Amino acid sequence: MNLSKAKFWGYKRENGRIGVRNHVIILPVDDLANAAAEAVANNIKGALALPHPYGRLQFGADLDLHFRTLIGTGSNPNVAAVVVIGIEEEWTKRVVDGIAKTGKPVCGFGIEQHGDHDTIMRASKAAKQYVQWASELRREERPLKELWVSTKCGESDTTSGCGSNPTVGNAFDKLYPHQVTLAFGETTEITGGEHLVAARCRTPAVRKQFMAMFDRYQEVINRHKTSDLMDSQPTKGNILGGLTTIEEKALGNIQKIGRKCLVDGVIDKGEVPGGPGLWFMDSSSAAAEMVTLCAASGFVVHLFPTGQGNVIGNPILPVIKLSANPRTVRTMSEHIDVDVSGLLRREMTPDEAGDALLDCMFRTANGRLTAAEALGHREFVLTRLYESA
Amino acid sequence: MIHFVVHDEHDSVGVVVVEGVKSGQQLTGWIMDQDKEIKVRAQSDIPIGHKLAIQKLKAEDTVIKYGTDIGRTVAPIKVGEHAHVHNIKTKRW
Repeated sequence: MNLSKAKFWGYKRENGRIGVRNHVIILPVDDLANAAAEAVANNIKGALALPHPYGRLQFGADLDLHFRTLIGTGSNPNVAAVVVIGIEEEWTKRVVDGIAKTGKPVCGFGIEQHGDHDTIMRASKAAKQYVQWASELRREERPLKELWVSTKCGESDTTSGCGSNPTVGNAFDKLYPHQVTLAFGETTEITGGEHLVAARCRTPAVRKQFMAMFDRYQEVINRHKTSDLMDSQPTKGNILGGLTTIEEKALGNIQKIGRKCLVDGVIDKGEVPGGPGLWFMDSSSAAAEMVTLCAASGFVVHLFPTGQGNVIGNPILPVIKLSANPRTVRTMSEHIDVDVSGLLRREMTPDEAGDALLDCMFRTANGRLTAAEALGHREFVLTRLYESA
Repeated sequence: MIHFVVHDEHDSVGVVVVEGVKSGQQLTGWIMDQDKEIKVRAQSDIPIGHKLAIQKLKAEDTVIKYGTDIGRTVAPIKVGEHAHVHNIKTKRW
């Protein structure tokens, strides 16, 4: 596929970033605000609530990550406007102020001293205005380099490493020369292939940062583990699918970064990359946590290879699923956007598979709903670093 | 017809990519990086996605896949035999 003149249709936001969805979200700061947020989304058609279980008595780096994830989610260009609701005015304002830096419409409501009813009424009035305003925004044709694409695999099996992950790698190798912003992560799931990722880092400084992130996460595993992690990493689903060790899983995992792209930089969880190229994000390998962080970092399309059939979606980030496992494609067809099982029968070349994925990526960016979107998968899962105070 | 795939010709294992492989079945493998074919007779029933040995392995040997170390054997594995958690373990963690 020749991408030199490739374009997509997106929504240009106030800060210049381009979104491929046009959501108005009702964002709770904390667990206590979920009920009000869901009530507002129920009142106002086209508004989307993002309930989650956290946001109280967090502190330090864990609280910073909480705010960074919420502000990043609201700031994502797939979001047109945001209504923030929290139990307290002050933390609510902190999220509103963070999102307001993008220039997009955002307002916030604290529940204390108002109660749910009054808060829901005022927030619904704001949400109605936003939804009607957003409904008149129009897509415009934009150059490929303005698309931000992330990847993470899930419920992997050996077919992931042979088929669907190299397909993402083929697509990344084709996108990379066109100044697209790309990301991968899953720090523990690099274990056994860390030397290969380190060798792909563009500079010694990036390599040092990558290895520091990798080593820190290994230390977390070593501190808390009670076994060789054979119940968790590989997962039971991975083992059922034929993956035996973390090393084997990792070597399959890193097929997603292709054979040519270099790792241009590293980011912490939910941080925004500073330029085009391939970024490594220090992150959990749990699907919904990682994809939620990709959305918070500003990515607008996600490529998700699966072997045994992970069903994940995200409220604001379209998740495109591909699989090379013929059984999964047959038994879980409603979840699969791109079938690359022909790769393992030699009926499809890696180049053809990569092109099929890119074709689906452009169609998705232009507005086609992914399987996960059509099925209503909206997993919004915040990463926690440690206990609340 | 391809029954299993191998990433690199120096790998010790391949991955079964069809359903219903039975012990005794003659299997055709495709080595992807070198684009070659090999034949192996299955020594076990092997589910889709699971590995078979394409080289004879002793206990405590290093298992190679993608041309890279993926762990150690904890029991000998014959060519064509199912290779998984019962005879291979991680070297990490």
